[in-house]
Amino acid sequence: MNSREPQSAEHLHSEAFLRQLMRRQLRLSIACAAAFLCALLGLPLLNYFAPELMSGRVGGFTLTWLLLGVLFFPFVWLIAWVFIRRSIALENAEVTAVQAQKSNSRPQP
Amino acid sequence: MLAAVDPSIVVLSAITVLATIFMGFWASRKSKSAADFFVAGRGVSVGWNASAISGEYLSAASFMGVAGMVMSSGYDALWYPVCYACGYLFLLLFIAGPLRRFGAYTIPDFAEGRYDSPLFRKIAVIFVLFIGIFYTMPQMKGAGTTLAYIFEGLPYWVGVVLVGAVITFNVALGGMKGITMVQAFQYWLKMFAISVPVFVLVLVYGSYGKQLQVQGESGAEKVVAALDADPELARRIQPAVGGGRRVQLGATPGGALNTSAQFLLSSYDALVPREITPWRQTFTSPTSETTMMVMPVPFMIYQSATGRRTFWDTTLASLPAFPIDMRYTTNTPDAEIVSRLEKALLQNHITLVAGPKNSTIALSTADAERLIAAPNGSVLRAPLPAKAAADATWLNPFGPLTSKAAKAAKIEGEAARPYALLYTYSLIIALVCGTAGLPHILVRFYTNPDGAAAKRTTMWVMILIGIFYVFPPVFGVLGRNLMPDLYTGLTGVKGTDAVVLKLPTILKARYGVLGSVLSGIACAGAFAAFMSTFSGLLVSMTGALAHDVYGRILYPKSTATERMQMFKWCAMVVGGVAVLFGCFVEKLEINFMVGQAFAIAAASYFPLLFMSVWWRGMTMMGAAVGMLTGGICSLIAVALTNASSLATDPGAMGRLFAGFKPLNAFWANHPLLRILCEQPAIWCVPLAILLMVVISKLTRAAVPADIRMKMLVLHAPEQLGLKQDYIKEHEGQLH
Repeated sequence: MNSREPQSAEHLHSEAFLRQLMRRQLRLSIACAAAFLCALLGLPLLNYFAPELMSGRVGGFTLTWLLLGVLFFPFVWLIAWVFIRRSIALENAEVTAVQAQKSNSRPQP
Repeated sequence: MLAAVDPSIVVLSAITVLATIFMGFWASRKSKSAADFFVAGRGVSVGWNASAISGEYLSAASFMGVAGMVMSSGYDALWYPVCYACGYLFLLLFIAGPLRRFGAYTIPDFAEGRYDSPLFRKIAVIFVLFIGIFYTMPQMKGAGTTLAYIFEGLPYWVGVVLVGAVITFNVALGGMKGITMVQAFQYWLKMFAISVPVFVLVLVYGSYGKQLQVQGESGAEKVVAALDADPELARRIQPAVGGGRRVQLGATPGGALNTSAQFLLSSYDALVPREITPWRQTFTSPTSETTMMVMPVPFMIYQSATGRRTFWDTTLASLPAFPIDMRYTTNTPDAEIVSRLEKALLQNHITLVAGPKNSTIALSTADAERLIAAPNGSVLRAPLPAKAAADATWLNPFGPLTSKAAKAAKIEGEAARPYALLYTYSLIIALVCGTAGLPHILVRFYTNPDGAAAKRTTMWVMILIGIFYVFPPVFGVLGRNLMPDLYTGLTGVKGTDAVVLKLPTILKARYGVLGSVLSGIACAGAFAAFMSTFSGLLVSMTGALAHDVYGRILYPKSTATERMQMFKWCAMVVGGVAVLFGCFVEKLEINFMVGQAFAIAAASYFPLLFMSVWWRGMTMMGAAVGMLTGGICSLIAVALTNASSLATDPGAMGRLFAGFKPLNAFWANHPLLRILCEQPAIWCVPLAILLMVVISKLTRAAVPADIRMKMLVLHAPEQLGLKQDYIKEHEGQLH
């Protein structure tokens, strides 16, 4: 028991582990944020440069009203759902990896 | 003075207030200690927790303000509900999980733990108070507006003082702690109260899409199309020039005017007071000796001053001339004259519909209903007063809200669009980043069992509030079509901020008490909205004042009982200040004020949280300087804008803020600066982050020694048990 504990703890507390941990989560967060920001910051640009297109009617709504007032919400839910799935999977993978390392470092008989 | 109080509205509102207070006391008796509140809450499921966060988050701004602002400003106001909901995505992506793992209950707790600095904690506490005060002002406006609506004639400030006092005493006596169950109940109440009236109104008056369809030229064209589809009706519609409806006037008390006098009902026009005045003089009865005046209302209102044409259903001519009670004095308010006329039209089954090309069509109500049911879906629409934004600017982006500063500088059309775009972006940044920095919201994330649950909760919050936020804009659109007289007033019951409460009453004409009940439900939701948010803010602010400012800064040696005693006094002080500020803001839109509170949060707390979680090089100095500079800059900027717009008020507020009047002339010459002051997030957030980076680099030596461990606690999954290591390590340091 005692022989493997310090080894895995060492790995856990290593610079490499932290860097990998943060980088993976941050990469996922930034990818999701980028998709969100494209839509959020792109919509005013579309309104600005393509006003005719955006004021076209869809079932009574103008296109831009429909996008912002109704469809934006499900779009954001979708991003949130993808993020949570990936992020929790990532955490589970990290836990499994650490535990696998623990059992690998178990002294062989 | 308090005439015409609707019993169903009063009863439903009273039930909400009493139920909330009762539940608060009942639940807080069950969970006595602060530890109970936080730790027992850890067992709370994701669903309950998400409802509770949503319940605390949806304030008067969401419930009343968004609808009012969509009604007054149109498309641009949609950014508010969308960003209120989407701000949680930023919280989810960057902050929710790590912060939950760190195990600090509030932002000041986090500030202290992350930088091992009690000093920084004190600095962070100050912003709880700043943001809190700015956020309570719109809640107070919501309270004042709602009470002035329920009890007609009650002055705005009485409502503010009354509601403020009730909630303050409630908080001071220990009710209304952030109890999960109470907050969750509040969410579902608000959801019910906003959605049910919308469903009923949409069923009666046509869908969201149909309501939007009638906006703009194409909307009026649709009325023509509907008339085309009904040739029999179209044949009957004729211009009412020279031969319109005859309206018989009632007698004046002194018998000044002969009851047989008849007037022609000519072109319909906007119900604008300034157009009424000249007619008062023209039509003073020659035989009247006193101040009593005879007001031929139909003429007054339906004069064709601006070239609006009226079309008249000729079958209406076969109705007997209908009498209108014409006993007015010079002091009779215009609103009452208008409402009497509307009542007379209603009693005689006449409905006015906005027609194509600045025209009005007067139809029998039965025909009007056939128009609604027309296959291509026209909707009834009352003519807009002159104060309302025109269809094209209302419906399309870069309308009155975002191009206001440019318009004041006489920049119109194409040239104003870049300014409007800048305003839009700054608004988006404030709202999306500000959500993460609201002092009363983050606390709730610690009732999740772990970081993964915190993330799941955030997603459910986004779904719950996202569904909610679809409804208020529908109210705004319906209000524009069905109750445009709200445009004529900016305050109290007359302003667009009251649309959610007032709109359901139009159902009274057709379905009697149903309209009152729905309006009562809406009022109940409004009470839930400003009560829950105001209580949550009051608890956060009072806690900060009593425990941090008093307990840690002023008298560190105070005992627990002294602090509990102080909590009560602090609640009174904070509540009093909130009420005082609330009395000043009657003229400001609810939603606008909330946007400003978000801007302050976005420039102070958001950079602090975001950078502290993801950049290990941050030092206390960098964090403090960045947060203070960003926060104070945006605080000053928004305060200046508010003071200058209050200075334009003709009443008492204008005199009070008269010193800021020259600022308006300055804004008119510098529209760009005005936008940057009204919506400061676009420069304040980057400024705060930049300062954090630069100062942290300069004070590199001060990075906490155990930063790697702190980062691990923030980012590693709980299953690895690093938190326990961290606590052990810290205990080691302490002993």
